[in-house]
Amino acid sequence: MRLTPLGDSAVVVALGSGLDETGLRRARALAEALERDRPAGVVDVVPAFASVTVFYELAQVGGYERLCREIETRAERVETADLRREAKVMEIPVCYGGEGGPDLADVAAQAGLSSEEVVVLHAGGDYLVQAIGFAPGFAYLGGLPAKIHTPRRPTPRTIVPAGTVGIGGAQTGVYPLMTPGGWNLIGRTPLRLFDAGSQEPALLRAGDRVTFRAINVEEFAAWR
Amino acid sequence: MAITVIRSGMLTTVQDLGRRGHRAAGVPLGGAMDAMALRVVNLLVGNAEDAAALEFTLTGPELVFTADTMIAMGGGDFGGVPRWQPVRVRGGERVKFGAARTGCRGYLAVAGGLDVPVVLGGRGTYLRAALGGLEGRALRDGDELRAAAVSRQMVGRWQIAERILPSYSSAPTVRIVRGAQAGEFDGPLTTVGFKVTSKSDRMGVRLIGPEMVRRDARELVSATVAPGTVQVPPDGQPIVLMADAQTIGGYPQIAHVISVDLPLVAQLKPGDTLRFREVTLQAAHQLILDRARALALLREGLAQKMV
Repeated sequence: MRLTPLGDSAVVVALGSGLDETGLRRARALAEALERDRPAGVVDVVPAFASVTVFYELAQVGGYERLCREIETRAERVETADLRREAKVMEIPVCYGGEGGPDLADVAAQAGLSSEEVVVLHAGGDYLVQAIGFAPGFAYLGGLPAKIHTPRRPTPRTIVPAGTVGIGGAQTGVYPLMTPGGWNLIGRTPLRLFDAGSQEPALLRAGDRVTFRAINVEEFAAWR
Repeated sequence: MAITVIRSGMLTTVQDLGRRGHRAAGVPLGGAMDAMALRVVNLLVGNAEDAAALEFTLTGPELVFTADTMIAMGGGDFGGVPRWQPVRVRGGERVKFGAARTGCRGYLAVAGGLDVPVVLGGRGTYLRAALGGLEGRALRDGDELRAAAVSRQMVGRWQIAERILPSYSSAPTVRIVRGAQAGEFDGPLTTVGFKVTSKSDRMGVRLIGPEMVRRDARELVSATVAPGTVQVPPDGQPIVLMADAQTIGGYPQIAHVISVDLPLVAQLKPGDTLRFREVTLQAAHQLILDRARALALLREGLAQKMV
């Protein structure tokens, strides 16, 4: 475990290296423990990959060193078996290719596969939400089959519609809002991944599992 | 009390001190770019520091107030009314702000605070997700805003002491603390000036200057970022992340602008320059506590001017 300041108002607790799954579970467990019983002055707790970032209001924490010691103590005590919140398994329907997935053929060409084979591989995967970020509700998903890892596009698109499913390197994800984006776009889901009107605005949380299911254009249209 | 927007200005939005507790869902802090200015103008009209107010960008709006009220203007100088003091406006009075003479962003507080719905714990406008503020968007000509009713008001003619305010400048020295990848760069971050480019917005202030070269070419796992984080993308030109910055970023983090100096960055317009100077985390923390104390004194002083 290592604590590194993120500027003068947050501290990052690293609980493993890179994307190892034990580190991810420990990060979730620590985030949950800190959310359940927030130390004074802690205003936001963000699990991302194998780390937890703790944002604080300095005037209310009773000293930065004290906050760090408190976090360390909690992190030592926390066991991944303590995870109270069950990870969700969410099935995301995707209409692959066509208008919503203009880069499907490109991904297939780079992998030396047919578009159909890319769809089978992508929809056959079992994915872990490693972090939520980049945009509200955007899930970084790990577990993309190695055959369809595809580098980001050299020039990002200025507009990627909400619901678009993309591949960026070894990761895949769904754009919850219309944003610019540099990933390879392979399909589109009719699901809403972010709803500001909801108490839990993001459909997914770090630690959840995701599977994709191929749907056709008619099913996509009927969903809306 | 209502406010009619005659001319909206270039980019005028409702802002407060941002949303806390939703970063795990990817929702940025948001809120005023210059949080200090927003706090002060709110206190000047007797509001809570985090009340919703207007943020103007480069060009201010023209407004009509439907009833007598108190307003206070701060941040950049947009004309219209004197800055940093409560100003009484009469029902039917038209107040016209112009282009920014100094600074980039203006803050206008109205007694009672702007009455817009709370979304995810904040009233501020987050344009990218079209949430908060007035229908999640920037103001347009003809819009109408409401302010909550007030029972107490400021009396007397006076002005606040300037020393409580950040040292606004079009060429400031901005203090930083080291970022996680500070040691991986060859580049004179603290010895040269950087220029602000026109691609800057509420997400980030983009700088141009000598290239910051990272010795270590390894790709990083994306990591949490915050307003103030100075990222260096592959082109070597730093970006200072601001209020609407995403919660996670993939670029190396060379530094973080300290909290008390973030308003100085918020007030830079394209073409302005800045220099960085490194301080310790302890020094940054002391400055936060000093500013909190100064704000507490202002709050107490102003409470005695309320009837």
